[in-house]
Amino acid sequence: MAEKFQEPVVDQIYTLNLGPQHPSTHGVLRVLLDLDGEFIVKADPVIGYGHRGHEKMGENRTYKQFMPNSSRMDYLSGMIYNHGYVLAVEKMAGIQVPERAQHIRVICSELNRISSHLLWFGTYVMDLGGFTPFLYAFDDRERILDILDRVSGSRLTYSYCRFGGVSRDVDVEFIEMTRAFVKRLRSRWSDYHNLVTKNIIFIHRTRDVGVITKEQASQYGVSGPNLRACGIGYDVRKAEPYENYDQFDFEIPIGEKGDALDRYKVRLEEMEQSCRIIEQALDKLPKGPVMAEKVPANVKPPKGDLYFAFESARGLTGYYLVSDGATTPYRLHIRVPSFGNLHVLVEVLKGTLMADAISILGSVDVVIPEIDR
Amino acid sequence: MGNGVGSEWIRLIVGLVVVLAFSQLNALFLVWLERKVAGHIQLRPGPKEVGPFGLLQTIVDGIKLVGKELITPRPADRKLFMVAPVLVFMPVLVGFLVLPFGPDMIIRDMNIGVLLVFAFSTFGVLAILAGGWASNNKYALLGAVRSVAQNIAYEIPLLLSVMSVVLMVNSMTFSQIVNSQQSIWFIFLQPVAGLIYLICATAETNRAPFDIPEAESELVAGFHTEYTGMRFGLFFLAEYTNMFIVSAVATSLFFGGWQGPFGFSLGIPGVVWFLVKTYVLIFVIMWVRWTFPRIRFDQLMNFSWKVMIPLSLANLLVTAVVIKLI
Repeated sequence: MAEKFQEPVVDQIYTLNLGPQHPSTHGVLRVLLDLDGEFIVKADPVIGYGHRGHEKMGENRTYKQFMPNSSRMDYLSGMIYNHGYVLAVEKMAGIQVPERAQHIRVICSELNRISSHLLWFGTYVMDLGGFTPFLYAFDDRERILDILDRVSGSRLTYSYCRFGGVSRDVDVEFIEMTRAFVKRLRSRWSDYHNLVTKNIIFIHRTRDVGVITKEQASQYGVSGPNLRACGIGYDVRKAEPYENYDQFDFEIPIGEKGDALDRYKVRLEEMEQSCRIIEQALDKLPKGPVMAEKVPANVKPPKGDLYFAFESARGLTGYYLVSDGATTPYRLHIRVPSFGNLHVLVEVLKGTLMADAISILGSVDVVIPEIDR
Repeated sequence: MGNGVGSEWIRLIVGLVVVLAFSQLNALFLVWLERKVAGHIQLRPGPKEVGPFGLLQTIVDGIKLVGKELITPRPADRKLFMVAPVLVFMPVLVGFLVLPFGPDMIIRDMNIGVLLVFAFSTFGVLAILAGGWASNNKYALLGAVRSVAQNIAYEIPLLLSVMSVVLMVNSMTFSQIVNSQQSIWFIFLQPVAGLIYLICATAETNRAPFDIPEAESELVAGFHTEYTGMRFGLFFLAEYTNMFIVSAVATSLFFGGWQGPFGFSLGIPGVVWFLVKTYVLIFVIMWVRWTFPRIRFDQLMNFSWKVMIPLSLANLLVTAVVIKLI
């Protein structure tokens, strides 16, 4: 017996099933972690728990009927997804949109982006154990939901855009509320920085944690703030401007190392840039109709296919539409950013600590229903 | 103080009853206070529906907990699983025996008082390990193992910082330690030790930012993942009672116990001074919890072994040298 104790302990690798009901996997993600003590040897994300068949649904519905589905894939950037879908169909069917509607769409999309990033900020810091910033962020996010609720009648699944415009015009109060919100959010930055960004514990938990290299990012198709944190300044709004994003003056914040701290900083800076876009759009907001005239009740795009990319809060998102000339698409495919953003973690999580796994998982900001769709 | 064996027994029994009642009420109050403090820090009112200022909320929650089914997972070690919550509460009760609430309000003023409190508070870790192990759940086990490692790491600087006070007084009796702070509190003479004590005490009680054993974002609920009903409630109450004890010990060791500041008692009874200081310290611990994120486990260990222990050793050495010179 005594000799047995002298033998070195054989490395025992055990599997920990993280999720799908774990409090920090944000939805129904399941990760199978092979652990050696608290170090991760292998991480294997299992997806598909939230599969609802949106793509198949698209084949059985008219273009218009698919509209509500569009904001239910990534429930945090429903407005942007809705916006992107409408743009794709408009481009295919050749529908012109009045300028006022374009501006309103951009304002709402950017508000949605801020609300998504605010939610990410709150939940990420909560993943790291700080509960208070979560409620601060939700307090701010609530104002955006109020604003969007006023124009679209919904807090999360908006379906506000229509082919050829938007469903309702905005009023003076919307403009005032939005301006007040932008002002309020700017006054909150110092709170956020004092509470989180400058916190020594927060910095130690995020600096050099979960580094995604440029090579890994391009291999796995990482996009959005995660890609920009690696130092690649790719943003669809700048690279291939859609709607009227080319009329606005805004910057694409980029990081240096691609660690969790960079991703955090990029997202915070993006909120500020979104504020700038909103302000400019509000200043320029032209008068006129918000719906194009002569939009057919049932859109029938000509035969052919089209891929349309836009920037959601999580990154490069695309609709691929194949039309056979009927009122329903022959095929509707969606490229979601979270898929690449999640699967790069297979590489990144190797050799990190279990505690960091949660931090890294939170920092890439994945929305699982978007992957499963 | 007793003048016979009989009165000593009566004194002990009365003391135990008072301690039991006080520790339960105090824990309920602290849970309420925590939720109120958290609420106000987080821009919300906290509990306010049940009773005045929501004071009865925790009692109602306690009744709810008692009503819950006690689930024992099938693969669990049944006996150990059931014993652990009781085991976690026992040592915190013992700690009350030597706490100096006032000049005449110490149940047993032992000559090893300081040692006794810390010896028994270490027992709590054993219960946590037992609970985590008996649950037969990977998250619970991870939480328990972390808890043991953390407690060992923080016990050392904690005791070393306490030792520098004991060296100055030359006694481990709580009443003597408090009495020697009549003119000046030890926090002014031993600021480093005081700071180390407060940090380590936070870690000892598994409070944020050192709440690794129950890090809910990683380990679901840590060692008490599988516990339901009042068994969970006992772990919960023990945590809050533990918080009271470490704050009370800090009050007696560094903040003058029942004494007023700089010898001015202002006609306020000692016990009031003592409780006020203790609750202020508890408030600070809560304040920290709701402001900071959590430290990572390895960073926590590094912080203890590479910063806290050398610092407390140096502090002890300096104290010893200065005492020898004077």
